[in-house]
Amino acid sequence: MNRKNYTHPNPNPNYTSNNSMQSLHFIQALARINRAASKPTTPSCRTKQIRHAAYSSMAYTSGSRRKWSRALLIRLRQRQRLRARRLLTVRRRVRIVTPAMSLPEEPARAETLRRLVPGGRSMEYCNLLEEAADYVQCLRTQVQLMQSLVDAFSS
Amino acid sequence: MSSRRSRSRRSSNSSRITEEQIVELVSKLQDLLPEARSRTSDSASASMVLQDTCNYIRDLQQEVDDLSERLTDLLATTDMTSAQAAIIRSLLM
Repeated sequence: MNRKNYTHPNPNPNYTSNNSMQSLHFIQALARINRAASKPTTPSCRTKQIRHAAYSSMAYTSGSRRKWSRALLIRLRQRQRLRARRLLTVRRRVRIVTPAMSLPEEPARAETLRRLVPGGRSMEYCNLLEEAADYVQCLRTQVQLMQSLVDAFSS
Repeated sequence: MSSRRSRSRRSSNSSRITEEQIVELVSKLQDLLPEARSRTSDSASASMVLQDTCNYIRDLQQEVDDLSERLTDLLATTDMTSAQAAIIRSLLM
């Protein structure tokens, strides 16, 4: 996939081309949600759709390069399918997961981190640290993006 | 670069990840945490960094939920098409 070369200079060091992709994807998703407003939806349903769009634009930007984004995409698609069939009653479902071999020097907190990072349960400790760092960066970008959207819309 | 090193180590059939690699990854994680949470000492224990990371991730996810709610209200009242161009311009520049 060829990268688009942005001809205008980027004075803002916070926004790389990856962030622009994430922003565009999220805004397109928001526009889709807005257009689909012809169907009567409750505000809480809308909120869930927006939240879904936030996580999916995060996952799409990292694509298949990262284990957490792959796991997140799978989880989002499952949830979408279940929601379409209106079967989503239980939040936690039975997962068949091969647990990773925890190193003896792995601290106890790693278990919580495994639960927080998507797909973290079957990662080795070394990978878990790397994936967690990438996940944190992506989450932070998404939060900054949504915050600037909120600011722009409310001005 | 460290990922390449760890991959070659894995392929050599021994799962011996060196202590330095772990320390390097933990310090990289520590750098990502916001200033208020990062400890000033370099020798912050790994479990403290992990705990801070867990709290930070939880906070960020909570913020995503809150901002989604605010966006829901704002989207309902704003005309998306007129503001869209300005927003995209401001985000990409």
